[in-house]
Amino acid sequence: MNIIVCIKQIIDPEIPAEQFKLDPTTQRQIRGGLSLVISAYDQNALEVALQLREKLGGKITALCLGDSGATGAVKSALGMGVDNGVLVSGPALLASDSFGVARVLAKAIQKIGVPDLVLTGCVSGDTGNKVVGPLIAEELGLPCVAFVTRVEVKDGKAVMRRIVEDGYELVEGPLPVVASILSDDSNVPRYSKLKDIMVAAKKQVPIWKAADLDLDGTKVGAGAARLELRDVSIPRRESRCEMLDGDTPEGQAEKLALRLRELKLI
Amino acid sequence: MADVLVLVNGQGDVPSQNTLELLGAARRLADTTRGKVKAVVLEGSQSGLGAALCAYGADQVLRAEHPLLKEYQSDAYVATLDQVASQAGAQVILLADDARGKEVAPRLAHRLNGGVVTEVMGIAGDGSAVLFQRQMYGGRTIATFAARRFPIVATLKPRAVEPASEQAGRSGEEAPVAVVLDASLLRTRVVEKVAEEVRGVKLENAKVVVSGGRGLKGLEPFKQLEELAQLLKGAVGASRAATDAGWIPASRQVGQTGKSVSPDLYIAVGISGATQHLAGMTGSKTIVAINTDPDAPIFKVAHLGVVGDFRAVLPKFIEKCRELTQD
Repeated sequence: MNIIVCIKQIIDPEIPAEQFKLDPTTQRQIRGGLSLVISAYDQNALEVALQLREKLGGKITALCLGDSGATGAVKSALGMGVDNGVLVSGPALLASDSFGVARVLAKAIQKIGVPDLVLTGCVSGDTGNKVVGPLIAEELGLPCVAFVTRVEVKDGKAVMRRIVEDGYELVEGPLPVVASILSDDSNVPRYSKLKDIMVAAKKQVPIWKAADLDLDGTKVGAGAARLELRDVSIPRRESRCEMLDGDTPEGQAEKLALRLRELKLI
Repeated sequence: MADVLVLVNGQGDVPSQNTLELLGAARRLADTTRGKVKAVVLEGSQSGLGAALCAYGADQVLRAEHPLLKEYQSDAYVATLDQVASQAGAQVILLADDARGKEVAPRLAHRLNGGVVTEVMGIAGDGSAVLFQRQMYGGRTIATFAARRFPIVATLKPRAVEPASEQAGRSGEEAPVAVVLDASLLRTRVVEKVAEEVRGVKLENAKVVVSGGRGLKGLEPFKQLEELAQLLKGAVGASRAATDAGWIPASRQVGQTGKSVSPDLYIAVGISGATQHLAGMTGSKTIVAINTDPDAPIFKVAHLGVVGDFRAVLPKFIEKCRELTQD
């Protein structure tokens, strides 16, 4: 049971609002000294992969498209317990839109060897398009199930729990299959052991460039983007919170209820 | 000219709320660009739906009927919409931003060699450009994208745009559209569906939402939230922390990966206000936060705040609400 997990390194999305800044030229978030993390659902995807390996054996490869600093993300995944890591890098590749990113990742997956299961997080914490997993599936000609929290593999088939509006579905698919992972209580990412982090830190992460991947330059990079970002702005939130004070919590509670009544909200 | 193809759903003769919003957005774009609105119905024959779709703004209703389309299956939907869109020749293809729409949209865009934009909150035609608005960075920013090629497959966020209104006497043409599907195309299949029990009003339609987060520290306090929600004729939601802890089903999650809600009243209990959560609820008209930490980011978006322990605040709050709503 071999698995490739696609991960993305992003600026910590939970920084306070005052630290969130946009570069007016590139229209991207300014890194500054902010910390970098593996995008949250990619960590859930890693956890799903690790649990499957515990049951079924096999190898897990963490695959990341990012700048050279994203070696750190790959090493974090190694620290969590994946067997191998690959970083794909290069300024032109990094300027790709979702289609370009999926193309690059699919080419890298083919170079590694198409596994039984390709996992992605269902959404990244920055651009948040929720499309890269399905696009990788199209690039590879594989079936795809999106918003999956659990994967079981039996008799050469995967059964995936897919979250939908009013509950969930169990979706069965052949291997190989691409699944985009959503979180639930079954896939909370494990903490890495200090020893494993130290071992991972010493590992060499191979870095592949465009030339290593047999890529058609017209299909990736900024020039191939199918949408143009015209404008990004940070909406001003004018909410000034009216605090309901009181000597006791019960007093506050009463004030709140009365205020809501006054506003005709209850 | 921008022709817009809309994937609709509905029961009997009645278009769903999502469908009305899709038609509203499609009609406005088509009107500003002198294009047409084409609605595609995949789910078998529903005799009255076509007429209703025209009354709500469709110029043309395309029926793609096939036994393999009775139940949703992503491969079948992608293949069908690929064929319908190729025949209909639309510049913009609009789907609802739900679990289906988001699974189908990117793959459809890939097959049509077009672009994809999800969670769209606004669409506008501006001269020759078609512009799409969506949030980025977990709701911290609003971004505007212009199509660089067509077609663009877009998923429209629920309750982001005005729904279409009915125009009495408005009619359009209805036609079947040929679809070639083979069972071998369908690689995955749904083997079981499990619907979570919903008491009272649905979360996404609720005028009042009472949500709990990490601060509740367990399953038990959700019963109190349920009691409050029932009292206020609302629904219970949760932050990702609470659904990840297994205190409440994932389908109750409000946020970037859960539901987007915009009720008249949103009561956040023990929710710190992670960006992932805020992305799904800042459209609420009035936000109330109850949290022990006065510096919690939730107070930055809240209109009314109580700094305190919900265990002490909530019982009295529920009691007072009961008293006031019984008057």
